Amino acid sequence: MSELFLLRHRQIPGLNQLSTYLESGGFETWKKAVTSLAPEDLVNEVKASGLRGRGGAGFPTGTKWSFLPNTIWPHYVVANADESEPGTFKDREILEFNPFQFLEGLMLASYAVRAHIAYVYLRGEFWQIARKLDERIAELTSNGYLGENLFGRDYSLRIYTHLGAGAYICGEETALLESLEGRLGQPRLRPPFPAVAGLFGLPTVINNVETLANLPIIIGKGAAHFRTQGTEKSPGTKIFSLSGRVKKPGNYELPLGTTFRELIYKHGEGIINDARIKAIMPAGASSALIPATEAALDTPMDYESVVELGCALGSASVIILDETVSASALVSDTIHFFKHESCGKCTPCREGTFWMARVIDRIETGKAREADIDLLAGIARQMQNKCLCALGEFSTVSVLSAIENYRADFEARLEK
Amino acid sequence: MEKQVTLKIDGRSVTVPDGTLIVDAAKQLGIVIPVFCYHPKLKPAGMCRVCLVDVGRPQLDRASGKPVLNEDGTPKITFGPKLETACTTPVSEGMVVWGATEKVMEARKEVLEFLLTSHPLDCPVCDKGGECPLQNLTMRFGPSESRFEFDEKYHNEKQVPLGELIILDRERCIQCGRCVRFQEQVVDEPVIGFYERGRAMEIVTYSEPGFDSIFSGNTTDICPVGALTTADFRFGARPWEMKARASICTQCPVGCNITYNVRREARKDGRTVIKRVMPRQNEEVNEIWICDKGRFTYHYYESPERLTSPLIRRGDQLVKTSWDEAIEYAAQQVKAAGSKLAVVTSGRLSNEDLFTLKQLSEKTGGKAILHSAISGGDRVAMAGMTTGSDLGKLSKGSVILVFACDLHEEAPIWWLRVKQAAERGATLIVVNPRNTRLDKYATHRLRYAYGSEVSTLRTLLADTGDIGLAVNEAENAVFIYGSEGIGLNASAGAADLLAAWLERSGHRGKANSGLIAAWQKGNDQGAWEIGFKTDEHLAETISAAMGVYITAADPASEDPELKIALQRAGFVIVQDLFLTETAKLADVVLPVQAVMEREGTVVSGERRLQYYAPAIPAPAGTRVDHAITSAIAEAAGIQLEGNNAGELFAQLTREIDVFKGITLQDVQAVHEQTPSLGRSGMYYGGTSYENLEGLGVILPLKVGALPTPAEVIELEELTIPEDRLLAVPVTRLYDRGGTVTASGMLQQRIARSLFSLHPADAERYQLKAGERVVLNLDGREIEGEVDVDSGQPQGVVLVTRSMGALLTAPVLVKLSVPQRSAVNS
Repeated sequence: MSELFLLRHRQIPGLNQLSTYLESGGFETWKKAVTSLAPEDLVNEVKASGLRGRGGAGFPTGTKWSFLPNTIWPHYVVANADESEPGTFKDREILEFNPFQFLEGLMLASYAVRAHIAYVYLRGEFWQIARKLDERIAELTSNGYLGENLFGRDYSLRIYTHLGAGAYICGEETALLESLEGRLGQPRLRPPFPAVAGLFGLPTVINNVETLANLPIIIGKGAAHFRTQGTEKSPGTKIFSLSGRVKKPGNYELPLGTTFRELIYKHGEGIINDARIKAIMPAGASSALIPATEAALDTPMDYESVVELGCALGSASVIILDETVSASALVSDTIHFFKHESCGKCTPCREGTFWMARVIDRIETGKAREADIDLLAGIARQMQNKCLCALGEFSTVSVLSAIENYRADFEARLEK
Repeated sequence: MEKQVTLKIDGRSVTVPDGTLIVDAAKQLGIVIPVFCYHPKLKPAGMCRVCLVDVGRPQLDRASGKPVLNEDGTPKITFGPKLETACTTPVSEGMVVWGATEKVMEARKEVLEFLLTSHPLDCPVCDKGGECPLQNLTMRFGPSESRFEFDEKYHNEKQVPLGELIILDRERCIQCGRCVRFQEQVVDEPVIGFYERGRAMEIVTYSEPGFDSIFSGNTTDICPVGALTTADFRFGARPWEMKARASICTQCPVGCNITYNVRREARKDGRTVIKRVMPRQNEEVNEIWICDKGRFTYHYYESPERLTSPLIRRGDQLVKTSWDEAIEYAAQQVKAAGSKLAVVTSGRLSNEDLFTLKQLSEKTGGKAILHSAISGGDRVAMAGMTTGSDLGKLSKGSVILVFACDLHEEAPIWWLRVKQAAERGATLIVVNPRNTRLDKYATHRLRYAYGSEVSTLRTLLADTGDIGLAVNEAENAVFIYGSEGIGLNASAGAADLLAAWLERSGHRGKANSGLIAAWQKGNDQGAWEIGFKTDEHLAETISAAMGVYITAADPASEDPELKIALQRAGFVIVQDLFLTETAKLADVVLPVQAVMEREGTVVSGERRLQYYAPAIPAPAGTRVDHAITSAIAEAAGIQLEGNNAGELFAQLTREIDVFKGITLQDVQAVHEQTPSLGRSGMYYGGTSYENLEGLGVILPLKVGALPTPAEVIELEELTIPEDRLLAVPVTRLYDRGGTVTASGMLQQRIARSLFSLHPADAERYQLKAGERVVLNLDGREIEGEVDVDSGQPQGVVLVTRSMGALLTAPVLVKLSVPQRSAVNS
């Protein structure tokens, strides 16, 4: 078993109690940072660690931080806890069971960019978590870890939680900012990027919960220690949310570069009823259906290798399909999901997801002809590279890969 | 000079200011890059995606930062993996844009196909059909047929009133958000927005009453489909059936350029009628906008209450008579009155009418009186705006001072222009006794007590602080005064002092600087320029007159003293559209023609001389004002020059200094305007009208000496006793003025409450908003509903003008509550 960086609560019971977290060395890194480290030291350490954003895009975290101009103040840090990708349930575990490590990470990120206010934007369904977080933030404040002039130094930090209202799109960082500002959650035009003009038009860092939870390890134990896990280009561990037709679904924290085979067969204990595996969706509803060939199963799960399979690692929500699953039925689900979640701002996504839903409904109800399968693929291709944000683009990925690899599943549903 | 950038679009080179968007640069070359969500008056949104183009940029060497060159020495251009939106991407040096390649045309076609999948395609019954960007762009760039199953179309409500004025068709909406952004970014009345998401996303109003904005009609112009329509034009006509008739809105002194769309109407016995009013672009006056009052009041011309026959008094009755008899009778009276004739008129008339009246009054030796709530137009003539002025050019370094004026209510488009100037960096100073909608944008806000206008200005003139300094150091200074709580004396004093201030600060006579009065009628300034003056002793003048000749004014409904005076006057001739309270007192009533039924010139508050042509034929039995005056004069043996509008205009420009040398050709001249909307083009269909009929001419200033501040008479300030309130008249946009009421469209928007009190006073009298109260002034009682507003001072009751409350200047009143006194007694 490799070292756990994130799901440490599985080894230390009661880690979501402040006392336990403190006993395990919690907030020592925070204290050290504020009292003896310069913000630049944190940025450099994170850069050296090679940590990449765990929200999906895999962008180097330290580099993202360094984009904030030091001529415009104040800076903000926002934790993206809008975990909404179907098949992703990793941030929730961190927030519920290892919340202080996440908060410490958020605090370190804030210190690194000299922000005095940080927000945690949670999906609306996480209201209970938000309530607990509020209590924990209050606890930290009363214990002197948050507030004014921390540890007697000239640094103050406050953290606020904010609940979304049930929109997947608000996980997209600019839509998140709109929502946080009290507006309709729709993505903004880029440029300007949030690093320059983010929350309230000011420089803003937006990091995923899991990304932030890595920071106490990196700052506390050093970049070199962090790099003992994972690969050269994808260092560290990653929580893989395994779901679908596996015997033992769940979150597995494994070094980046672990193979799909190890995740599915060792940790997930194989396929239900020992059926034959059909396909892997490595990044939730946004991912392609990758035929589970031997080569695919032996592919290491890191940012580069998965791309070579024609898909992104995303937030590593690995959904397993076996031969009992019709690709057409699955695609019907993803299309309806994206149709429901399309914000409506740009034409291709708003109309394209709606149109695809009409066509897949016809297919799934046996009212379609062969040409409708091509039409469905055509609509998906027609949407590509035209949308305002990634949501619309993602909605096409499963459709096209499913038709390409499992056309027979669609044909089986056609009008007889 | 701003930095210029050169780029190539479709192989053609163009140089534009840095920061220009690709779509606008292309337009300069005449290259059509289609847009829906983009509009040059709004911030780019990049939502509709129809403007996707292929954008290449010079590749730069990382080490040297210099462009990488091809073998032939030309810069190497790198194209991105995706097409980019031309409406959000600014140009850059050396950029190469392809807007008509197969890849781009295909993308355009695909986006259009997407838009049409949910569109109801009810063009045959859609108001926008014929001037619809979606229709135009589909014809030019779209697919000839859709692959979408018609039966699977998304259905939604087709008739959603966003208020009683604007109706939304949710099926036709393409979610471009132009309307939402207009309300947020342009007029800052964010009362509509998007609700829900995805295909279900729809426009909603969240104000009470719905779509509570005085600019709402503009959203129907910029809507690129038939989703937003006005309640009066909806299903009214097809664009190609209508003719465009250029005109000027005369509802307020802004002088917005408008276009009447007219057609012959089977339901109206084949008569030519107005189907709608649209803005006509004049970037120096109203840009491409008009207010809802200007858009919806025109219906008054078709009111069944219109007078179409002369009336003559027989005992207690006014009875119909012939024009010959009416003119003959009026002429006899004019002749008999001689120098004891009082001519009373207003800025509702054209310069030609006013000039004729002025001639008559000069020849008889009588008086020429302008009936107006406020005064000071002679000062505006000498220190007003002059050639080269454009509020749209005011920005940092300019000062705009708004005094005794609720500009949002008194002249909406000026409010918008002043707000935008402040947003561009102009220093805005708002000096008013209560909060107004302009305060939000002001750099300095100053409150004074009602009644202390003259002393307040005198203090300001001596100011050496921020305000005094700002005015003195400003490149341009524009002073606007209005009718907030003041009558003739105070406004005359204010005008004197403001003009003196402009003189002292060196701004008088400078382009884009000057004094503006927010008159209540469209051509009040023209009346002053022609020589009419207000009369603070109007009641006495009328009482003493042997004959009163009233045109386009209704003093009897506004002032009880005037009503009594009119009853005492020797005889009364009234020219009007309607049987007004004043007309009811007349000995002879002569029916006139409305603005849209005749031609004329008018002078705006910014002293811009503008021309309007007849849009529709006048009703039988009516005559144009100046023709009636001429006929009366002729029958009375007085020879007036000029028989028609053209001749009168020529005469006017020979005789009155500030008009000298101006020809109608000058007034009707046009030049290219930015942004170029090209209404007939592909994508601004339905948006405003191109101005082909004239941008107008600003008059030169009248020469003359201004009074010094010391010469301005101080007014006595009223102290308010414990048991009294100071009643002050204020102006609201939607009042019970003749044309607003007769139009019928704006009934629900007319202020319900006649009076307004501060919450502390409301508490003192134990009153709640909506209750009825009685004001007792000098034994006269007026009753009305009261509103409560914490933005106004205590001890004051605001009384809305033109609502039948008969108040012309501040006066002390007693307030009582009718039911309560009934209970007590």
